[in-house]
Amino acid sequence: MFTKQRLINLSIIIAAIWFTWFAQNHFDEYTVRIINNVAIFIILAVSYNLINGVTGQFSLEPNGFVAIGAYVTAILTVDAEGMLYQYDLEDPAQWVLALQADFVWALLFSGIISALLALSLAFPVFRVRGDYLAIVTLGFGFIIRIITINVPAVTNGSLGINDIPEHSNLYWTCGAAIIAVVVILNVIYSKYGRAMKAVRDDEDAATAMGINTFKTKTLAFSTSAFFEGVGGGLLAALLTSISPDLFTFLLTFQLLIIIVLGGLGSTTGAIIGTILVMAGLEWMRFLDEPMNLFGYQTEGLPGMRMVVFSLILIVVMLFAREGLMGKKELFELKIFKKKKADK
Amino acid sequence: MDILTFMQQMVNGFSLGSMYALIAIGYTMVYGVLRLINFAHGDIMMVGAFLGYTFMAVFNLPFSLTILLSVVFAALLGILMDKIAYKPLREAPRISLLITAIGISFFLENAFTVFAGGVPRAFPVPSYMENIFNVAGLTFSASSITVPIVTMILLLAILYVLYKTKYGMAIRALSFDIKTVNLMGVDANMIIAIVFGLGSALAAVGGIFWAVNYPSVEPMMGVLVGLKAFAAAVVGGIGSVTGAVIGGFIIGFTEVVVITFFPELGGYKDAFAFVFLILVLLFKPTGIMGEDLEKSRF
Repeated sequence: MFTKQRLINLSIIIAAIWFTWFAQNHFDEYTVRIINNVAIFIILAVSYNLINGVTGQFSLEPNGFVAIGAYVTAILTVDAEGMLYQYDLEDPAQWVLALQADFVWALLFSGIISALLALSLAFPVFRVRGDYLAIVTLGFGFIIRIITINVPAVTNGSLGINDIPEHSNLYWTCGAAIIAVVVILNVIYSKYGRAMKAVRDDEDAATAMGINTFKTKTLAFSTSAFFEGVGGGLLAALLTSISPDLFTFLLTFQLLIIIVLGGLGSTTGAIIGTILVMAGLEWMRFLDEPMNLFGYQTEGLPGMRMVVFSLILIVVMLFAREGLMGKKELFELKIFKKKKADK
Repeated sequence: MDILTFMQQMVNGFSLGSMYALIAIGYTMVYGVLRLINFAHGDIMMVGAFLGYTFMAVFNLPFSLTILLSVVFAALLGILMDKIAYKPLREAPRISLLITAIGISFFLENAFTVFAGGVPRAFPVPSYMENIFNVAGLTFSASSITVPIVTMILLLAILYVLYKTKYGMAIRALSFDIKTVNLMGVDANMIIAIVFGLGSALAAVGGIFWAVNYPSVEPMMGVLVGLKAFAAAVVGGIGSVTGAVIGGFIIGFTEVVVITFFPELGGYKDAFAFVFLILVLLFKPTGIMGEDLEKSRF
């Protein structure tokens, strides 16, 4: 009933919940903001890692699904009055005005719509493998962005949606992050998860062993799309204003650095990577500002952070390809599992 | 839609398509040899355009000399990129190479944003490229004629190198099996460097022509063009140089024709290449002049 492993897992979850409560009540606004951000990116990174690291399908789509989640949540939570007020380019469509839901339903819908889209996309996307998959999913992100710009009746075009009710607080973001991590770890340790790893290691051998590779890939794709959609919804409710420019390839790139740094295929690696990269991005803000280098005053160089980050990605790939964790996990959160699962 | 407007759009499509083709050749050659989508290729095109800008606006060099110098520097950059970032990963899984390529692409874009500024700069187009000709009611600018002609000459030159020279034979051999070719006494690393150099040189030419047609340069200009050129390479059948050129023309024509016939779709013009790409992959995964692809199935 209460094995040692399960007790450890349970105490980690309780500690995480306690930390959320403590942070929400005692930390200053700036720290809370950063923790909110980190929690959302943990959701995104862990779910991106499921398709990219665990299943080994090099896909570059998360910005598309995050955008969909953000827009669905925005449309569902902004009331009709607020929409009529801020849609400048074109009057909002009637159904957009009519849609209205509580935040929790908005988040769920964001996830479900992303997942359904992933499900329908799986048919064309998984006809190709490897590099082609990367470029097709990258194109998908572009198409989503171009659509959000070009249907002003729904998305207010390039102006984006503003005045989204600020629902996201630590209970929502950290709560969703804990759920996402527990669910995804349970997927990874289930028989489906083992099938995903088999597909990653050798797709032909996996097929030969009777694994339906298409089904496996689609499951991973839709699961990760669901949580990316939810993450997008939380992001919209945290930022309170969204526009197509938020969901460029830069977002995918950031997530890619996170999971590569943490170790492709490791969920704990993805979490540690998120904390390191997000903290690093905050800390490296000084790079963008004017500096005093050995008595030589440089002007502010906005964007220097991203230069350094791309260099970090290249260096990690050249010298430490496995990332921090490789494919290993730090802990195994398997509280819902009856018997001890093998790795 | 009269025949004249149609012909006019054909001319525009031809000009746009040949720029895509120039860039697509680089993608297809690197892919053919290394099986790598060189995500940084579009940014090499951007660097080429910036080199052109520097030589013309800062050093006041003539256009022809500018192209020559930019081509040389871009080729060196391509070779350098291969030596620093791709060569150490020859034995690594291809995903590592791909991630590195994305890293380099981001590095080039951001480095240029930091040091050259993100604001577009006007490209000093030489006046003779802006001359307008009227032939049988059609209007040509000098550049819309020069670009396709130069593309054709370069394509023939590349085909000559590939099929008539020793190096070309080595390149074609490498695309089958790098290890064996190495054993036969060919310096594979040198040949790969040549491929990167040739591809980058063509990308630089494409970049300068792009800057002449849309007279501005900015650090992100290579992103979308590069991706569309890649789509062109896949549509044409990646690994085939002629295929890349055909694909480039197809993507260029589609863009121009769709916008002419359905002006209301203008906002979506950047999406056509990808929709086209997905459709081609659905129905003919190997592209028009396709080579053998990895097995793809459900």
